[in-house]
Amino acid sequence: MNDMPTLAFDPADSCLNVEQLSVSYDGKAALREVSLTVPRHRVTAFIGPSGCGKSTLLRSFNRMNDLIRGVEVMGQIRLFGEDILAPEVDVTALRRRIGMVFQQPNPFPMSVFDNVAYGLRLQGLSDQRALEREVEWALRSAALWDEVKDRLEASALTLSGGQQQRLVIARAIAIRPEVLLLDEPASALDPISTLKIEELIGQLAEAYSIIVVTHNMQQAARVSDYTAFLYLGELVEFSATDDLFTRPQARQTEDYITGRYG
Amino acid sequence: MKTPSGWRSGDGALWLSTGAVTLTLLLTVTLLVLLGRVGFGHFWPEPLATFTFDPATEQTPLVAARREHGTFALADGGKEARTLLRTGNRDTAAPDFRWIANASLRSAHFDPAAIEIERRSWGPALGLLAPPEAPAANRASLAARQWARLEEALALPSQARTVSLTLYGADGSARPLPLAEVVRAWRPNAMDLGEKLSLYFSRIGAFISEPPREANTEGGIFPALFGTVLMVMLMTVVVTPIGVVAALYLHEYAPQGPLTQTLRIAVNNLAGVPSIVYGVFGLGFFVYLVGGSLDSAFFADALPAPTFGTPGLLWASLTLALLTLPVMIVATEEGLSRIPRQLREASLALGATHFETLRYVILPQALPAVLTGVILAVARGAGEVAPLMLVGVVKLAPELPLDGTFPFLHLDRQFMHLGFHIYDLAFQSPNVEAARPLVYASALLLVLMIVLLNLGAVLLRAYLRGRHRDPLG
Repeated sequence: MNDMPTLAFDPADSCLNVEQLSVSYDGKAALREVSLTVPRHRVTAFIGPSGCGKSTLLRSFNRMNDLIRGVEVMGQIRLFGEDILAPEVDVTALRRRIGMVFQQPNPFPMSVFDNVAYGLRLQGLSDQRALEREVEWALRSAALWDEVKDRLEASALTLSGGQQQRLVIARAIAIRPEVLLLDEPASALDPISTLKIEELIGQLAEAYSIIVVTHNMQQAARVSDYTAFLYLGELVEFSATDDLFTRPQARQTEDYITGRYG
Repeated sequence: MKTPSGWRSGDGALWLSTGAVTLTLLLTVTLLVLLGRVGFGHFWPEPLATFTFDPATEQTPLVAARREHGTFALADGGKEARTLLRTGNRDTAAPDFRWIANASLRSAHFDPAAIEIERRSWGPALGLLAPPEAPAANRASLAARQWARLEEALALPSQARTVSLTLYGADGSARPLPLAEVVRAWRPNAMDLGEKLSLYFSRIGAFISEPPREANTEGGIFPALFGTVLMVMLMTVVVTPIGVVAALYLHEYAPQGPLTQTLRIAVNNLAGVPSIVYGVFGLGFFVYLVGGSLDSAFFADALPAPTFGTPGLLWASLTLALLTLPVMIVATEEGLSRIPRQLREASLALGATHFETLRYVILPQALPAVLTGVILAVARGAGEVAPLMLVGVVKLAPELPLDGTFPFLHLDRQFMHLGFHIYDLAFQSPNVEAARPLVYASALLLVLMIVLLNLGAVLLRAYLRGRHRDPLG
C-alpha cells in the first residue's frame, strides 16, 4: 500500500499525525502500520467494511482502547505535535481535548441540563450562571436548544433517539474540545435525524477538527472533506473525498465504493 | 410444516411452571392463614360454658372454654373422642388445660354471669360473678353489682384498687380475687359482636405494645419486636457500606484474574456457611476478643464485670452484618455488571477519572441493585435466630436497648428477638398449651415485620428506578 499517494498537510493545517500505528488485541492485529495526517478544521471520514479497524483507529486518538484488556499499541500519534501515546500523558486531560460521540446515543440518566453540564462540572465550573450560559451555548451549537429549552430539567431519556444523539454532541462540545470523534453517529437513527446530524457536522467543522467513522459511503461523501479507506487493518487510500469517490487509486477502494464487497 | 405436539408444543412446560407458581402461592397462603387463625384467633373472646360431668368421674363442675377436639388411642386398642377444655385458674385448680372424654360430659350451658379475668400472675381466672345455685333474679343483680365494682376499680391505677371481687366456681365454691391483680376482664357470654370486636383488637394491640409476663406466656411481645427491628436496622447500616465498597473493589478495581475469581467464589461460599458458625465466630471474635480488649482499654474500672466483653446488641448486629455480607456483595456486583458499558465510556470520554465515573454515573445507577441487596440481607438477617443466641439475644431483657438515658442507644445491652421469642415459647415454655397460640401469633408478626421492612426497601427502589425511567423503555 506504500505506493499509494497519501495526503500531506502543512503542519499548521494538521491536527493529528499518525505514524506507523499498529494496534492488536490479545496478539490479534487490528491495525497494521497506519500512517496518516488528519487536517485541522476539516471533516475527515474513515470508511471501510466491518472489522477493518476504523473504530480502533478512532478510539486510539482519545485512548479509549486503554480500557480494553490485552490491547497493545505501537507507533506514534501526535496531537498538534505532542505525543499522546506516551505513558506520562494525562489521559483525562487528553480526553478533554478530544471529544467523542458514540454509535448508540448514551445520555446519562440525568436531566438534559445535567448531561451537558457534566463535563463542565468535572472541570470545576460550579457557578450556576456560567453553567447555564455554557449549556445554552452547547445546546445551540448542537442545534437542540429550541427543542429542549423548556424541558432542561426533564430526564434526558425522555428525548427521542435523534435528540439524544444531538444532546450527546452538545455534551461533548460543551467542554470545547479541539477534535471531535464521531463513531458512526447516525447509524442508530432514522433518516430525518440522520440528516440533522449530518447538517450539524457541517456546521461544527468551522470550529472543530472532526473525524467521523461511518460504514455509509453516501454519508461520507456528503459530510466529509477527506476520506480514508481502511481494509483489514491497513490504510488503503486517503485522499480528498471527491477524488476518492470519483477517481479511486486502489483497486480495493474501487471495489468497495462500487459495492462489490462490504 | 407440522406443528410440534406433545411435550415439544410447550403446553407441558406452561402447565408445569404455572403449577409451580400455584403451589408456592398456596403454601404461602396456607402459612399465613394457619398462623393468623391459630395465633390471632387466641385473642377472640371465647364463650365460657359451665360443664357438668358423669358422676363416675368424680369431676366437679367447671367453667371452661372448648379449645379443640381430638381422638385418642386407648391402651385396649379402642378409640376415645375427647375435648380440650381451657379452665384457667392455675393457682387454685391446676391444670389449666385438660382433655376430657366426650362420653363423660353431661351438660353445658352458657351462663351470662361467666367472666374471664386476665391477671398479672397465674394466667387467666375463669368463673362466675354469682353463685350457680342462687335464684335467677338474685344472681342477675349480684352479677351486675360485682361487674360495676370491677369496672369502677379498673378505671383506677392498680395500686389504688383496694377492693376484691368474689369469684364463684361452677361447683358453688367462692373465693376473693384482689382487683389490684387484674389486667382486664370480660363477660364473653353477655357481649354483642361490637364489644367482642373491640375487645379483640384491644387485646391484639396490647400483645404488640406490651412487655411479656409470666415467663413470656402472657402479655405482649413489644420488646422482642423492638429488638428485632433495631438489630436489623443496625445490621443494615453496617452491611450496606461495607458490601458496596467490597463489590466496587471486586468489580471495578481488582485485576480480573484467577485470584479475583477465587475471591468471588470464596464470598459466594460464605453465604452457605451455617449461621450458627457465624454465631460461634461472633462470640469468639467480637465478644471475647474485640469486646474484651475494649473493656480492658476503656472500661477497666468496671472489671471484672464486663461492659462490651459480653453478648450484646452491637455484637449481634455485627455478626449478622457479617452473615449477610455475601448477599450484599453479590447483589451489588450483579447490579454493577448490568450498567451499560456505553455510560461508562461516555463519562470517561468527557475526561472524567475512573473515580468520578464511579461516583457520578455508576453508583447512582447501581443504587437499585444495592437496595435489592439490602432487601435480601434484611430478609436473611431478620429471620436468623441461631447465631443470635450466642451473641446477644436473651429470653427476657429488663430494659430496651433504646431509652431516654444517655447515651440513648445502648449497644452493650442484651435484647429480645422475635425469632428467639418463638423458639423460647415453643420449646422452653413451662405452660405449653398456654404458649401455643402465642407461638403462632409471634410467628405471624415476624413474617409481617419482614414483609414491612422489605416493602419499605422495595418502594425506595421503585422510586429510585422511576426517577430517570425512559418513558418508552
